[in-house]
Amino acid sequence: MSAILSIEGLTVALPRGADRPHALDDVTLELRAGEILCVVGESGSGKSMTASAVMRLLPDNVALTRGRILFGGRDLAAAEEEEMRAIRGAGIAMIFQEPMTALNPLRPVGDQIGEMFRIHTDLSAEQIRARTLALLEDVRIPDPALAMRAYPHELSGGQRQRAMIAMALALSPRVLIADEPTTALDVTTQAQILSLIRDLQRRLGTAVLFITHDFGVVAEIADRVAVMQHGVVVEQGEAAAVLNSPQHPYTKALIAAVPPLAAPPPRAFSDEAILKLEGVSKTYRTGGFLGRNRRVTRAVRDVSLELPRGGTLGIVGESGSGKSTLARCVMRLIRPDTGAIRLDGTDLATQSPAQHRASARRMQMVFQDPYASLNPRRRVGELVAQGPIIHGTPREAALARAKSLFALVGLDPASTDRYPHEFSGGQRQRIGIARALALEPEVLVADEPVSALDVSVQAQVLKLLAELRQRLGLSILLITHDLRVAVQVCDLVAVMKDGEVVESGPIGRVFEAPEHPYTQSLLAAVPGREFQAARRSRL
Amino acid sequence: MRFLRAYARSPAAVVGLLLLLLVIGMAISADWLFPRDPLALAGRPLQWPGANPRFWLGTDNSGRDIAAQIFHGARVALLIGLVATSIAVVIGIVIGAVAGFYGGWVDDVLMRVTEAFQTLPNFLLLLVLVAVFGSEISTVVVAIGIVSWPAPARLTRAEFLTLRSREFVEACRTLGMRDAQIIFREILPNALPPVIVYASVVMAVAILLESALAFLRLSDPNVSSWGNLIGLGRDVLRVQWYVSAIPGLAILVTVLAVSLVGQGLNDALNPRLRGR
Repeated sequence: MSAILSIEGLTVALPRGADRPHALDDVTLELRAGEILCVVGESGSGKSMTASAVMRLLPDNVALTRGRILFGGRDLAAAEEEEMRAIRGAGIAMIFQEPMTALNPLRPVGDQIGEMFRIHTDLSAEQIRARTLALLEDVRIPDPALAMRAYPHELSGGQRQRAMIAMALALSPRVLIADEPTTALDVTTQAQILSLIRDLQRRLGTAVLFITHDFGVVAEIADRVAVMQHGVVVEQGEAAAVLNSPQHPYTKALIAAVPPLAAPPPRAFSDEAILKLEGVSKTYRTGGFLGRNRRVTRAVRDVSLELPRGGTLGIVGESGSGKSTLARCVMRLIRPDTGAIRLDGTDLATQSPAQHRASARRMQMVFQDPYASLNPRRRVGELVAQGPIIHGTPREAALARAKSLFALVGLDPASTDRYPHEFSGGQRQRIGIARALALEPEVLVADEPVSALDVSVQAQVLKLLAELRQRLGLSILLITHDLRVAVQVCDLVAVMKDGEVVESGPIGRVFEAPEHPYTQSLLAAVPGREFQAARRSRL
Repeated sequence: MRFLRAYARSPAAVVGLLLLLLVIGMAISADWLFPRDPLALAGRPLQWPGANPRFWLGTDNSGRDIAAQIFHGARVALLIGLVATSIAVVIGIVIGAVAGFYGGWVDDVLMRVTEAFQTLPNFLLLLVLVAVFGSEISTVVVAIGIVSWPAPARLTRAEFLTLRSREFVEACRTLGMRDAQIIFREILPNALPPVIVYASVVMAVAILLESALAFLRLSDPNVSSWGNLIGLGRDVLRVQWYVSAIPGLAILVTVLAVSLVGQGLNDALNPRLRGR
């Protein structure tokens, strides 16, 4: 098959002072008609930059220095801005990671899709309406007529992404560039969107350049794969070949870092519960001046769980299932409406603020976003020493202890007087863990501790958590949306849906033989399941 | 150092800083250049600038040296600006921080009070305060501070609303930190840059408010302020216009300097505007 889009020796220079001279270095890729080419790599590998270069939407301070981008007999690298405007949307269309920011919040979805026709064609208003409706039906949005009139915030994340795909496909482009289109979505929604893209691509014969960091997704939809690292394509080939017999060490490492979806052998832990949740509920009431637009959200409903001493309990669920609210109730960042949270028998839910401050050191939290969870204006050593200082440790001793904690979590103890922005995401998460450990807690609550990190970094941080658990005898409550994360470190798992625990038990049992239909659908939606199974049987 | 370089990139900001240094220089050198009381009679009234080498900016309708009043007036202007701004910003930060951090009914109550202040034109409120408490310079300065706090309060509150739900604030809570410490030591440093920038606006307005009061002859007549001089010059405005114009120019230069410095600070402190 002939190439629709070919990138030859593309080099993009970064501004001086960046971590490397080139964002892309001599990238050569070929996208053939009717195939899905997956470009895989971790953050900073240049995969998104490749897409921007093809669309000629590079940021101002980076420049295309060498190479050609051939599309329809023309070299886009040298094309005039006027020419590019005609190609964007009509010849090459793009969908983005976060559909909420890519859609204009003030205009109905139908109107925004119609915009594509208004710009590039001279169809009448009536024809545009009909075409828009047909497109929304094509992407299988529930109730297309209603969705046309809806504003972006009235649709769910998955529906918004469908609307974005409809918009991208409006002018039957020959190439569709999808930049991490499912990363912001839940597993079950991700599975639906992936099958939609696959299906549309087969039906319409569009060539798809699919950018992702997730080898599970690659296994799910790719025809061919290109692996990028530091702006260089290190390996490319047929999907089956790359997945099953990777040649380059980086590809091997990436595939190995994809966690297996099978529970490790059960570990021994005590039967005695250190943390007990009894009938915890939390309801949010919003709006409602004189009873108008009042909305009641039952975020957590009657949840009872037990965390055994030295064990790890995973709470798994999709966004909106109430798992983060539950974690915040446990930490008393939110006061639950009813129920008891017993730490070694003491009920935390009814403590006064002063009592709670005193008992804070027994239970500590690791947060999701390593960028938002560290105060940007404090040195990292101080951040770690803060807790002990509050609880009465002299400043000097606390700072000295911060140094030893840095060593414990695998950071350079000499770096304690730097600021958070000087560290990478994975390092910041280690600082967050060090801060939580500074108070020598018995229970660690980790809310999505790895979801903002690259796969290979995820594996390292999870390994660190498992090691610390062993060495310090910690009990961990781990909140995650990713079943592949839960299975690596948890002993027990509870699956949450709409604020309720629908199934719980030892992780091996829940994953091998899920009882609740929701658990079954969650497990079935994990991308790359078959590839995983095949890989396991080979090992 | 990086901050200074970012600041120096804008020529307007540098000009503003130079003008401000000039005004500060005038205030410092006043006693040395004009050791006599600036409000004492110095010579024949209403001499034009340049007419008498002793009074190079001329004399006013009472025969006082205008140059001496301008130099000593710089002290009063800066004093009013700094003290009134500090009062306004401190009140504003405390109220805005508490309202933004706690939300709920605390926020409701504090914001209604703020709105009550904002709905009144602040010059009218200032007139009422001066009418009630007298027009001594210290009273005037405090009164200006009291009418100027609502805007910094709203700004601080807005910053706190976005910062209070950040994970680093939750992290401080889980460490068992007290609220006061979270508000003032953790969140405030992050919320401060826009408030500091806004303080320059408050300062410029404070200087103008005092001048306006003085123009109406409601400010302290025993102080050599630029506003007093303008007010005095009002009687002879058609012929000896320089009596009002010279202090007017001084106010213009000072307010301009403060605003340009504020703009420069904003550009230097706001990373999103960098490189534009």
